[in-house]
Amino acid sequence: MLRRTAYALLGLALSATVTACARSGPDAATAAASRGPITVWLSNNAQEVEWGKKMVADWNGQHPDQKITARNIPAGKTSEEAISASIIAGSTACLVFNTPPASVPQFEKQVGLVPLSDFPDGNKYIDGRSGSLAAQYRSADGSYYQMPWKSNPGMILYNKKIFKKAGLDPEHPRLATYDEFLESSRKIVRSGAAKAAIWPAPSSEFFQSWFDFYPAFIAESGGKQLVKDGKPQFDTAAGRRVADFWRQLYAEKLAPQESYPGDALGEQKTAMSTVGPWAVAAYRDSLDWGVVPVPTSDGRPANEVHTFSDEKSIGMFSSCENRATAWDVMKFATSKEQDGKFLATTGQMPMRENLTSAYPGFFAENPSYKAFADQAERVVEVPNVPGSIDMWQAFRDAWTKSVIFGRQSTESALHDADVRIAKILAEY
Amino acid sequence: MTLLHTKAPARRSTSRIGALFVTPYVLFILAVFAVPLGYTVWISFHRFYFTAPGADADTPWVGLDNYQAVFTDPVVGRAFLNILIFLVINVPLTVGLSLVLASALNAKLPFRSFFRAAYYVPYVTASVALVAVWQFLFGGDGLVNNLLGGLAPDPSWLVNSELAMPVIAFFVTWKQLGFFVMLYLAALQNVGKELYEAASVDGAGRIRQFFSVTVPGVRPATTLVVIYAIITGANLFSEPYLLTGGGGPDHASASPVLIMYQKGIEQGHPDFAAALGIVLVAVVLAVSLVARKLTERGN
Repeated sequence: MLRRTAYALLGLALSATVTACARSGPDAATAAASRGPITVWLSNNAQEVEWGKKMVADWNGQHPDQKITARNIPAGKTSEEAISASIIAGSTACLVFNTPPASVPQFEKQVGLVPLSDFPDGNKYIDGRSGSLAAQYRSADGSYYQMPWKSNPGMILYNKKIFKKAGLDPEHPRLATYDEFLESSRKIVRSGAAKAAIWPAPSSEFFQSWFDFYPAFIAESGGKQLVKDGKPQFDTAAGRRVADFWRQLYAEKLAPQESYPGDALGEQKTAMSTVGPWAVAAYRDSLDWGVVPVPTSDGRPANEVHTFSDEKSIGMFSSCENRATAWDVMKFATSKEQDGKFLATTGQMPMRENLTSAYPGFFAENPSYKAFADQAERVVEVPNVPGSIDMWQAFRDAWTKSVIFGRQSTESALHDADVRIAKILAEY
Repeated sequence: MTLLHTKAPARRSTSRIGALFVTPYVLFILAVFAVPLGYTVWISFHRFYFTAPGADADTPWVGLDNYQAVFTDPVVGRAFLNILIFLVINVPLTVGLSLVLASALNAKLPFRSFFRAAYYVPYVTASVALVAVWQFLFGGDGLVNNLLGGLAPDPSWLVNSELAMPVIAFFVTWKQLGFFVMLYLAALQNVGKELYEAASVDGAGRIRQFFSVTVPGVRPATTLVVIYAIITGANLFSEPYLLTGGGGPDHASASPVLIMYQKGIEQGHPDFAAALGIVLVAVVLAVSLVARKLTERGN
């Protein structure tokens, strides 16, 4: 009797598990032509939410039979994790307006993304909107799995009040070369004007290198990605110069080795920060700021400096049942009119060529954004390669060990990271 | 014969009722523990990644490849070493402090209820809130460094490769102390007062009574405390994740569970994470068995 009961219970538990595991998604062919209501996720950035709500209202007013419901992206430490978890659960929104390019290869592997190139006008639309900037967003198979949407080109935002307190000229800051940057940083910290000259997060998360090493490496190398054609590019003279520059900042305590628990720039604990144009709206009322390009060893002119894009894309996810509507919404939300509204509301740069000539009125009224718009013409993305997150984590491990904490020479750390990343790329 | 005939149906009936009562729990155990554990073992022997519902995913058998990757990954080795450092600090401190405090709180003290509650408060407070307090204490500009002045370590506690793990071990000891004090308080109720009286008559002082009566009297509780502390330590995640920004410099405070999270969730290698999880379970079982033998020795 007991044995029979035990077998019955085991059978019940297993069948429940199998039922739970036997999941299915929408049929791709049917979904591609299907229209109807869809859900979109927006980032938690207040200005983006404001724009998103208006965009949704505009669409819904014109398409009562294909209504959009907008929600904020589920809470998580990063949007990468939140999206990945919802892909597995099959609960992703049709469109996510905050898809990180570094995670696109992983989302592809999870069969979570709809290839936008499969839409008859997919490639034509993306190439037409973003021009030459779009090429970086093609995946290894040549297709687009993401719509490059908006960038936040990294530049050095500085606090004029702190510069003045340190005896530096706030209108003409000497920050173009590594030597100038170090000299200004020393004056800031040693005068007591601020605790730190610059304070990026020195923690070990894989994405932190996008805000210290990567913009500097892109600038120093003249616009190279971390890897190209399956080969790491950073174990070079340019990479070593960048690592040594940052090592010096940490060794001289100009950049702290510990994370600041709040907003170091906003709370005036640091004089500078690598930020995108989102910062203009964030600090408009609290800081008297100026902006310059990321430094290079030889002080390259501003119009030659490349930087990290900190771009976010729009992804269409495989849980979407009304993909024809989703594609139309994607085009609607990235139309010239909506891009203009997005720029005006958030200050972030739509991934369009010749932004300043496309929206002359905005830049005439908001000259502080011009430097970012000019920089947006020369942005470099994270490489769109499988194993992207592993690769960045390997790099970050080497960076924290050598550059931030000085427990290994920068030269050997870059070499070790090069070997490790080459191995990761070969494994995929 | 008659007796046997009348008793047998009653036993069967009792068995059925018993089976009925345990059914929900057995189902729960199977669905929540046994099946996921079996699935984890299966994943650990296959090339596996999570996909969207309905997607075709190739999951070939790879034998011990994932285990080999786990054993050859220096980060995993560092994480287990970190846990060893953690346990060496945390377990003796937990046992010693909680037993001493429980003995003190078992005596008739003024404000005894207040002290009992005070030690328990950190245990029931969310880790995230407590981490903020420890960052305030042990941050570069924190209270401890301000008190130490020139003697403060450089780099500071939480970003120092040698000090990050001990700080975490002290944090967890402090946070969980109330729970273990409660276990010992319960155990102390079962130590006969006559034993203390007899020891007192024999001339034993308070310290002698503590080692000759209290310590042997709560030995089963000590076994429980040690094993529970080992299991808790082996599952360390939120403290290194929150206190040291994802594992600290050069993985100085990374734990196996943190590596499982990074590999399985962030980097999309659930097969590696599953193998690491199985290794961790095996190590914890082995260490717990050894600890049990040691603590029960002399019973």
